[in-house]
Amino acid sequence: MDKKKKRSITRGAILVVLLAAIVYTVYSSATNDKVKVLQVGDKAPDFELVDLYESGLNHRLSDYEGKGVFLNFWGTWCEPCKKEMPAMSRQYATYKDQGVEVLTVNIAQTEFEVKKFLESLDVHFPAVIDDTKVVMTAYNINPLPTTILINPEGRVEKIITGEMSEAQIASYMESIKPEQE
Amino acid sequence: MEKIICVCGHENPVGTKLCGKCGRPLTEEAKMSKIVDMKYDGAAIRSKTRNKSIVDKIWNFFSSVKVGISLIIINLIAASIGTIFPQEFYISVSTEPEKAAYYEKTYGSLGKLYYELGLSDVYSSWWFQILVGMLAISIIVASIDRGIPLHRSLKNQRVKRHESFMKRQRIIGEGSITEGDSSNTLNLVEEKMKKLRYKVRRDGNALLAERGRFSRYGPYINHVGLIIFLAAVMLRLVPGFYVDESMWVREGEMRAVPGMEGYFIENEKFILEMHDNQATENQELQGVNVVAKNYQTNAKLYKQTDDAVPGKDDDLELVKEYSIRVNHPLQHNGYSFYQMDFRLNEIKAMNFELTNKETGESLGAVSVDLTNPQNEYVIDDQTKVQLLGYYPDFSGFENGEPQTKTPTPNNPAFIFKMTTPEKPEGEVSFVAIQQTIEPNGDNAYKMAFNSVETRNMSGLTVHKDSSIPFLAIGGAIFMIGVAIGSYWNHRRLWVEQLEDGSIRLAAHTNKNWFGIKKDIDAVTEFAHLPKYIDQSENDDAEKEKEGDSTL
Repeated sequence: MDKKKKRSITRGAILVVLLAAIVYTVYSSATNDKVKVLQVGDKAPDFELVDLYESGLNHRLSDYEGKGVFLNFWGTWCEPCKKEMPAMSRQYATYKDQGVEVLTVNIAQTEFEVKKFLESLDVHFPAVIDDTKVVMTAYNINPLPTTILINPEGRVEKIITGEMSEAQIASYMESIKPEQE
Repeated sequence: MEKIICVCGHENPVGTKLCGKCGRPLTEEAKMSKIVDMKYDGAAIRSKTRNKSIVDKIWNFFSSVKVGISLIIINLIAASIGTIFPQEFYISVSTEPEKAAYYEKTYGSLGKLYYELGLSDVYSSWWFQILVGMLAISIIVASIDRGIPLHRSLKNQRVKRHESFMKRQRIIGEGSITEGDSSNTLNLVEEKMKKLRYKVRRDGNALLAERGRFSRYGPYINHVGLIIFLAAVMLRLVPGFYVDESMWVREGEMRAVPGMEGYFIENEKFILEMHDNQATENQELQGVNVVAKNYQTNAKLYKQTDDAVPGKDDDLELVKEYSIRVNHPLQHNGYSFYQMDFRLNEIKAMNFELTNKETGESLGAVSVDLTNPQNEYVIDDQTKVQLLGYYPDFSGFENGEPQTKTPTPNNPAFIFKMTTPEKPEGEVSFVAIQQTIEPNGDNAYKMAFNSVETRNMSGLTVHKDSSIPFLAIGGAIFMIGVAIGSYWNHRRLWVEQLEDGSIRLAAHTNKNWFGIKKDIDAVTEFAHLPKYIDQSENDDAEKEKEGDSTL
């Protein structure tokens, strides 16, 4: 009887392992494009890019630990990016003193275009240009705009693709605000 | 567990056809038959022994040969459906609506249906993968189910078999020896069979000569190879095992390599060379004027130091400099860079002349580098051109603001402010290709378009496939299994000397009866054995198909 039971368990185990292999295969090929993408809860990949205005100032993500980081990817050709920028600028002015940093990453455009664009919108927040698209690759950014909310522990809190309203921006910044001691 | 107890006292599991010890037929069917079924040597196939719990039922389903063959056929049909029209992978459009349109346009309503049913990407579909997975389960379960009992019964073979087993073999013989001393017969058989490279075992008055037993394992080795092959294909889904990414790099640009962390590739130059021959007759028939001779990207691969963070690109070290050509990818650490596409003559710089509209006189040239436009271009202390705006892919105005629809300079437009001795306060002009707007009325000067400088772009794919060695190993094992099962066969000869000195013999092979008969002919002559008969030949019906019973 023992032998019989053992055999049943062996068979069951083999079938379960094989079934798991199939499920894994189907699942990961169905989500093939998504597995590589950053997930909520992941450690946000570190990067360092030079400030648009001050060539001596580098923005390194890990330097902002303890602060919430509102990481926004954009391009001048992207209409919704343009629309959400003034709201971001206004909310940044409010949340700046509460420990929320805004960092906007332009995708490989020229300094001239980026500066003229930001000037014409009269927006004020730190901006960097991702010349080699390395940060874009690391964060697997596809549609623009994409905003990554990074909490004070350096983990991804939320990934937002598409345009945000001012109220949304405010609530997002609120959500990554470090707790006041 | 229930047992079948043979007359000889040996306990056999339920489902056994031939007693594991003496070979007596145990089932009614086996008792009735003239020649016993020697598949799996009469051992009980595991799935046939019990069929009770749900686990057993699933197990039995997959171990069934019928199910296995059905799965193979279904897989074949599904895989061949995928070859009716090209798969999406081979079509150079990227978005879903484009793909839908492509299939409808190229292959008509059938193509549309094909796309809508998801057959255009059949190999990635969940149901196809489940089918392949079920086939894999079937192979594994059937191999365990049949392979282990077979292995056991082959390992525990008795030399001495019962008369009822011997008599039901296809080749049998019984009688006294034709000449010489009968006490020496078994020695002579042993000597001859050893010469024929059989392994000989003796037990009292019985002898078993056996050769090529390993060939019975051929199908199982073959299955192992197949499973390794399938597992290797599955491994591709594990992150880092398989990379297939594409990227565009313009001349002079450096880009992070997707799927290859910490690496950057720079395109120094893209070269397209054509043959300069006169069009041949064949070329003319095909409507081709020129034939490409060489596509080449001179590339440099850089690596960041290991502890560097992305974005800090001042500490890059050159890893490799290579001219990527057809069949000559840049290779590094298992990654290959292939050149898949190119675009020629993207605008890189535009040259203008600051020109007096009336006299046509030029005050100087201004060259705007689109990869790095400047705020102002000074010609002399009284003459300069300020750049107020640059729109790489101008698409029209919105609220008086020029818009760009992409970051690519397909249709560059500029807003210039021209300061000249004549107009020291400056004149503003919007300049696009074949379009000039002067918002403040009539200007005295214009930015006359002179020439463009262009650059090319290389479309590269980054490819890495670490599953290839596993695929090769799996394939090799598969072929070894096929060869073992096909070119070797398991031959056995049982000889028993009865009390009166006469000989009873029986022989079996899983294939190639001609070969075993030749061996028995030789030993019959050498040891003066009685003449054997082939029972299935006597029947005059060659029921057993050669190569049918390889298992």
